[in-house]
Amino acid sequence: MHPVVSTVLQRLGLGLLTLFMVSIIIFSSIALLPGDFGQQVLGQTALPETVEAFRRELGLDKPAWLRYIDWIAAVLQGDLGTSFSGRASSGADESRSVWELIAPRLSNTLFLASFTALIAVPLSLFLGITAALKRNSIYDRSVNAMTLTTISFPEFFLAYVLIVALAGTFPTLSNVTNDMGLWERIYKIALPSLTMTLVIVAHMMRMTRAALINLLASPYIEMAQLKGASRGRVIIKHALPNAWAPIATVIAFNLAYLVVGVVVVEVVFVYPGIGQLMVDSVSSRDIPVAQGCALIFAATYILLNLLADVIGIVTNPRLLHPR
Amino acid sequence: MTTDSNKRGSKGDILLEMRNIEIDGFSDERWHDIVKGVDLTLRRGEVMGLIGESGAGKSTLGKAAMGYAQPGCRIKSGTIMFDGMDLMAATENEKRKLWGSRIAYVAQSAAASFNPAHRLVDQTVEATVDHGISDEAAAKKDAVDLYTALQLPDPENIGTRYPHQVSGGQLQRIMTAMAMSPRPDLIIFDEPTTALDVTTQVEVLVAMRDIVEQFNTAAIYITHDLAVVAQMADFIKVLRYGDEVEEAETRLMLSEPKEDYTKTLWSVRSLEKPEDKSDDIALSINNVDAAYGKSVKVLHDVTINIPRGRTVSVVGESGSGKSTTARVITGLLPPMTGNIVFNGEELPAALADRTKDQLRRIQMIYQMADTAMNPKQTVGEIIGRPLEFYHDMRGKQRDDRILELLEMIELDSSFIDRLPSELSGGQKQRICIARALAAEPEIIICDEVTSALDQIVQEGILKLLLRLQKEYGITYLFITHDIAVVTAISDEIVVMFQGKVVEQGLKSEILNPPFPEYTQLLLSSVPEMDPDWLTNLVDQRP
Amino acid sequence: MSEDGQNYSAAGEVAQVKLRRGRGERTWIALKKAPVSAWFGMIVIALYAFTAIFGPMLAPYGEAEIFAKADEPWAMLGGNPDHLFGTDQIGRDVFTRLIYGARNTIGIALITTLLSFLIGGALGLVAAINRSWLDQLLSRAVDVLMSIPSLIFALMLLSIFGSSIPSLILIIAVLDSTRVFRLTRSVAANVVVMDYVEAARLRGEGMAWVMRKEILPNIMPPLVAEFGLRFSFVFLTIASLSFLGLGIQPPTADWGSMVRDGSRFIQFVAYDWTLALPSLLPAGAVALLTVAVNFVVDWFLHKTSGLRDDH
Repeated sequence: MHPVVSTVLQRLGLGLLTLFMVSIIIFSSIALLPGDFGQQVLGQTALPETVEAFRRELGLDKPAWLRYIDWIAAVLQGDLGTSFSGRASSGADESRSVWELIAPRLSNTLFLASFTALIAVPLSLFLGITAALKRNSIYDRSVNAMTLTTISFPEFFLAYVLIVALAGTFPTLSNVTNDMGLWERIYKIALPSLTMTLVIVAHMMRMTRAALINLLASPYIEMAQLKGASRGRVIIKHALPNAWAPIATVIAFNLAYLVVGVVVVEVVFVYPGIGQLMVDSVSSRDIPVAQGCALIFAATYILLNLLADVIGIVTNPRLLHPR
Repeated sequence: MTTDSNKRGSKGDILLEMRNIEIDGFSDERWHDIVKGVDLTLRRGEVMGLIGESGAGKSTLGKAAMGYAQPGCRIKSGTIMFDGMDLMAATENEKRKLWGSRIAYVAQSAAASFNPAHRLVDQTVEATVDHGISDEAAAKKDAVDLYTALQLPDPENIGTRYPHQVSGGQLQRIMTAMAMSPRPDLIIFDEPTTALDVTTQVEVLVAMRDIVEQFNTAAIYITHDLAVVAQMADFIKVLRYGDEVEEAETRLMLSEPKEDYTKTLWSVRSLEKPEDKSDDIALSINNVDAAYGKSVKVLHDVTINIPRGRTVSVVGESGSGKSTTARVITGLLPPMTGNIVFNGEELPAALADRTKDQLRRIQMIYQMADTAMNPKQTVGEIIGRPLEFYHDMRGKQRDDRILELLEMIELDSSFIDRLPSELSGGQKQRICIARALAAEPEIIICDEVTSALDQIVQEGILKLLLRLQKEYGITYLFITHDIAVVTAISDEIVVMFQGKVVEQGLKSEILNPPFPEYTQLLLSSVPEMDPDWLTNLVDQRP
Repeated sequence: MSEDGQNYSAAGEVAQVKLRRGRGERTWIALKKAPVSAWFGMIVIALYAFTAIFGPMLAPYGEAEIFAKADEPWAMLGGNPDHLFGTDQIGRDVFTRLIYGARNTIGIALITTLLSFLIGGALGLVAAINRSWLDQLLSRAVDVLMSIPSLIFALMLLSIFGSSIPSLILIIAVLDSTRVFRLTRSVAANVVVMDYVEAARLRGEGMAWVMRKEILPNIMPPLVAEFGLRFSFVFLTIASLSFLGLGIQPPTADWGSMVRDGSRFIQFVAYDWTLALPSLLPAGAVALLTVAVNFVVDWFLHKTSGLRDDH
């Protein structure tokens, strides 16, 4: 087998294994619940039979490994379980399926994240590359100082600064609904998106700059210069073919960061996304929903990093052209 | 630029003239002078050797000959005239037109200096095509001719490979082809063979010398190895701490060096311990096989006997297993089969199973004294620890012994509170010797202990080791690739190749014919301080 | 020819030998050369530390003392002159809460960071020295833990254990220790391969000695820098969790919850920007400290990495 294929397969296998381990961790959280949990969810007045039925529904009467198999089989079919909320001590059950709760929120979050990425990724690559090329110039130093400051700010601080500055121009509540048009949605998410753009650009620009400076210090870049190659030629012909892996890593890292960053930003701007859903479910200790959200966040995170690794592998000349 | 017809000029015209060059380097948040006002004149078709120890500024000066200051350096003052063109006044663009067309550069580390993403032939002809010297097809055809001239295997196809697919010696020759492709007037060779093994080095040297001669190219050959430069250069310039020491025609400099410093450069070669036979074996390694992990076997049936109070040198190239042998003796790498017998008793294979006393009797000194001493400990702590650990010495008794040990290594009490960063290279290695002595060992394993040091310092260390052996009867196992050092210090020699012992015997037996094939190759490949050595060698070899 | 070696003496051997300076002198020189940003950072950190330590003496009122009028504006914006920064939604003095918040938020973040260094640092050192199954096991476990974003992981664990200060400290310390583990392991791995560590092992030294005397002193600079970074990260995480309502719980004063409490009028900021102040003030307090820490760490990293080659 070609080494690229085998390395990619190996990496994919490792990614799957990680996902599997993560699913076990997330699953076992339910096993850590205190014994009287049913009582807590259903209320103190719940009958012992109702609590017992609830426990059976959760499968707490079965051994853990069996429960895991049931759970993961259901998850793989898209069934993330049933929310705890909407249950009453009387035994009446008006709870909704977790997926039903997550689905609309997920698409909102994806919209916010992709819109932000669309602006932030090209912008930070541009800033990072130009700063690295004009290393130690005034431009580099000022971009550097600015991003060092932005990096240190908590998202909510940036959010409030932007609110104060731009409250007249953009809405401070991003309460989007399904019947909104694209432009109206974009107008609504302007502030949360801008907040995240600031954070991401700071991180990503610094990483891009560092990766590129590292690359430009390679002896083969000096060799290219000493062969009289022009600046443009050195960058495009000699640096770029070796830059895909670090750039992919930087982008993946920051997209992953974005996915997590949405949690706080969604809460600040009351945006109906999965981050806010997770926070709400954690506050109300609605474990199945929290698990579902965590699983989706973790899977996104793992897949993004996996993608970066695969790009690194398929652009590695040492693997592309084996001995 | 001059037109093509008179570009080549005639031999003897001045090609490069550098006057009063001063170069600064930036480190530790300030500028230091690296080159302090050196002049350099090179005529067409001449090869100049630039020689000096680390920190002499030879590499920086070599790059400055192209008008290039490496990152972190600046050419402060001086003039650089290349074929009538003032490189100090030239713009980046003007210099770029020269680089890779009329001046070419060959770097020390070929593996790092080739772009991993492109085929070798594309890199070979890149500058030639880029500068419009010839079209791609013609340049590639010429590259094959150059590969042939450089005696590369399969010259038609080797260019289609990627850098990581060929060996280090081949890469270095391909880089020479790359430099030669635009038929430059001047090539800068920056320590091109330093990273290679001696047997590979010979092939590369021959290839480079012949091609430079063939095209009548002028060259600056930078190296720290006087024997190598003697083969390559018409005349030699010696640098030290950024200043010129002297410059002379090669044969003249070898026969009548003027400056004391130049004389010390090959002083170690005059040191030779008279060999002394002994049958009293202190330590023997018997039929040892060893491997890292489970798969790669690095030692095959190695047997070595080390007589008491004598020096056994283990010589071989990288990958010969000589350092692994040391690891087996110290217990860091327990052998798969075979054993180690010390004073008639079998030593436990693993470090953890040996007693404190067994550990004490075998000490080790390393190649890089820098990394062999904890940078956060003072000399007193470094030497004092084995005294506490093995001999339970405390307080005044310990301090007195430290002073004694410092005296033994020719240093005084002012060194006790110094940190390793406050010592010179030779002093560091002496402290390492004192640390080994503090244990009062029977055997000291010396792993390339002089190869990181300047020549004159090497000699001091070797003399010290010989004196200590004479006074305290210490046994040495000396691991080295440097035949001059072997001659200087050993009684017996072990030659290793690819994890096997080729032969073991007295120095006089090993260094004189008849030789087994590999020993012959190894010994004949070690450059000698004779300008005709390479020529003679090529004539002798089939 | 070798006669020329005669006037050579080992003790007099000259090279680029560095001038010997005491520790205090070196520190002072480094401080004098520190850029403005680093000085700014150090002064800010000192002020915060002072506030955190002497909080109860500085605060005009008690931590949970409630006054008659809730939601008063700043004194200088026409509010009650007794309350410099006004009062919050149930009538507590904001200035007092801010001072107590320093104590609580910084204190908890500091304990958490110390704990995560204790766990991650010790395991990282052990893994670096003992490159065996233990290293493999720990490293794989850390890989898996790190493949879940830490804020998400913390949220999930909090949903199970509930938000109390001990569980908050424990959860974040454990999650954060994975990063400390990685760093310690990688810097220590660079030191472990040094010949002086091998020399110590060949001498027969025990693992504890090797760790304490040979490795630890040589990995301190990156660990100290990392401590600063981890502290500001933990501090931000705790503030964020509190902001989300899942961190430090009332009535304990802390900056994250203050930001959350202040955000009730956010939709009216377009008409009166001072309505953002109750959120902006504690958020700014968080931001200022993290910026200060980052400035100092940035300078420290630059300084130690620049000096590394001639150390």
